[in-house]
Amino acid sequence: MNKTYNQKAWFFVIPVFVLVAFNAVVPLMTVVNYSFQETFGSNVFAWEGTRWFKQILHSERFHASLGRQFIFTFIILLIQLPLGIAIALTMPKKGWGVPVCLILMSMPLLIPWNVVGAMWNIFALPDIGFLGNSLNSLGFDYNFTQQSGDAWFTTILMDVWHWTSLVVLLSYAGLNSIQPAYYQAAEIDGASRWDIFRYIELPKMKKVLTLAILLRFMDSFMIYTEPFVLTGGGPGNATNFLSLDLVKMALGQFDLGPAAAMSLIYFLIVLLICWVFYSLMMKNEGRT
Amino acid sequence: MKKIKWVVPTFYIIFLMLPIYWLLNMSFKSTTEIINVYSLWPQDFTLDNYRTIFTDSTWYMGYVNSITYTVFNTILSVSAALPAAYAFSRYKFLGDKHLFFWLLTNRMAPPAVFALPFFQFYSSVNLFDTHIAIALSHCLFNIPLAVWILEGFMSAVPKELDETAYVDGYSFPKFFFKIFIPTIAAGIGITMFFCFMFSWVELLLAKTLTATIAKPIAAIMTRTSSTSGYELGLLAAAGSLTIIPGAVVIYFVRNYIAKGFAMGRV
Repeated sequence: MNKTYNQKAWFFVIPVFVLVAFNAVVPLMTVVNYSFQETFGSNVFAWEGTRWFKQILHSERFHASLGRQFIFTFIILLIQLPLGIAIALTMPKKGWGVPVCLILMSMPLLIPWNVVGAMWNIFALPDIGFLGNSLNSLGFDYNFTQQSGDAWFTTILMDVWHWTSLVVLLSYAGLNSIQPAYYQAAEIDGASRWDIFRYIELPKMKKVLTLAILLRFMDSFMIYTEPFVLTGGGPGNATNFLSLDLVKMALGQFDLGPAAAMSLIYFLIVLLICWVFYSLMMKNEGRT
Repeated sequence: MKKIKWVVPTFYIIFLMLPIYWLLNMSFKSTTEIINVYSLWPQDFTLDNYRTIFTDSTWYMGYVNSITYTVFNTILSVSAALPAAYAFSRYKFLGDKHLFFWLLTNRMAPPAVFALPFFQFYSSVNLFDTHIAIALSHCLFNIPLAVWILEGFMSAVPKELDETAYVDGYSFPKFFFKIFIPTIAAGIGITMFFCFMFSWVELLLAKTLTATIAKPIAAIMTRTSSTSGYELGLLAAAGSLTIIPGAVVIYFVRNYIAKGFAMGRV
């Protein structure tokens, strides 16, 4: 679309700018402030320079939780995107099935995150949970509070349960925007099902999939509440993801300086990945 | 082929419903039954858990609090995002692209990072433990999302609509409220759905910013589980009830979802 230059458009943006800046600037600067200082309690601070940053970047603990975080996010994206697209492709396009599917599939998205964690904890318990009990009676030795493999399996299954619907809803939106003429043309050309998907549906879903990938990346990379309630990072450190580790450091040990430095590094990693991805995807859209 | 297509969504929905069913199942059992007997449905059906929640004000006020700040946040986010999204979709202005990306970066700040600074900040402006505090703090991630979604919908509306309205003698406010907003009603519905959703499910900030007066239901649940052991039945009932507001919202926006998603501009 042709956009005209109009500096007065800033007036429209002011409310949003003020509301977001109100929340973003002071807390962020507080974190920056802490990250360069040592606290002795009762508001006594001493300048530490970049010591905490060096300490965090060299710490084994940080490398381990960062690694776990990347693996987790990678697995989540690898499962949820194809699964979400597949479900969106097979969903009914009209009739009573549409609202039923949309409503039932949105349910997990609207449950508070700690309830999701608690729910899956109860659901997966080996003795009284449906999942745990069923798996054990089928002969699997399943116990997510004891075995780290099972803890990973449960956390991933929970996240698939919780968030795949978001990908489904967004992909469904993208698919619905395709004009029937495209399909008719493809039929005339004798295109296979795969060709239709590859050359018509996928390009048309580009924008919604960008949103889906970005949202899923951000939220799975910052996942906190659900694994905190489900496994608490255990057994041992098996599911101790980055944000869990961070909160343990900040509130559990009250190491504000290192925790703040770690927060900033964490934030910058998310920012960098999103920026690269966003720029790549928007390159042809004339927005970046 | 038509028949086989149903298999995937059906299995997916069954998979989605299983944990929810298990939660409901437990909410109708007593805690002793949950711990001692494994059964697919309640052997000794009881409504005691729900009775406790509806008669104890520390419990049911949690729902009132959560709904209050969620609704307030949804209205605030959408009404602030509407003009901004219009500006982004129609005009170029100094720093527009940077501003747009800056807004998105706030969606990327791990809430776990900001919990403590938020507590200190909102305490210092005397908003600690108010509904407004949570509604305002949730703007951090809801406004960027609202602007993003609305911008998509608005860009799909041809610019000729604006120009025709001006030629017909409409002033800007009249055009915006009388013509433009009804045109993108579906988009607004979707945006409200997403804002409600993310504000309703967020716990970390809501919990950090409250003590007693504005405490959300989800935080009340965590407190109860830590002080009096695990009252699983009660917890399951409280959890089941948290699903209801979301279900109500979906029911109301279901037509918008179908219609708005048909526009394909989420």
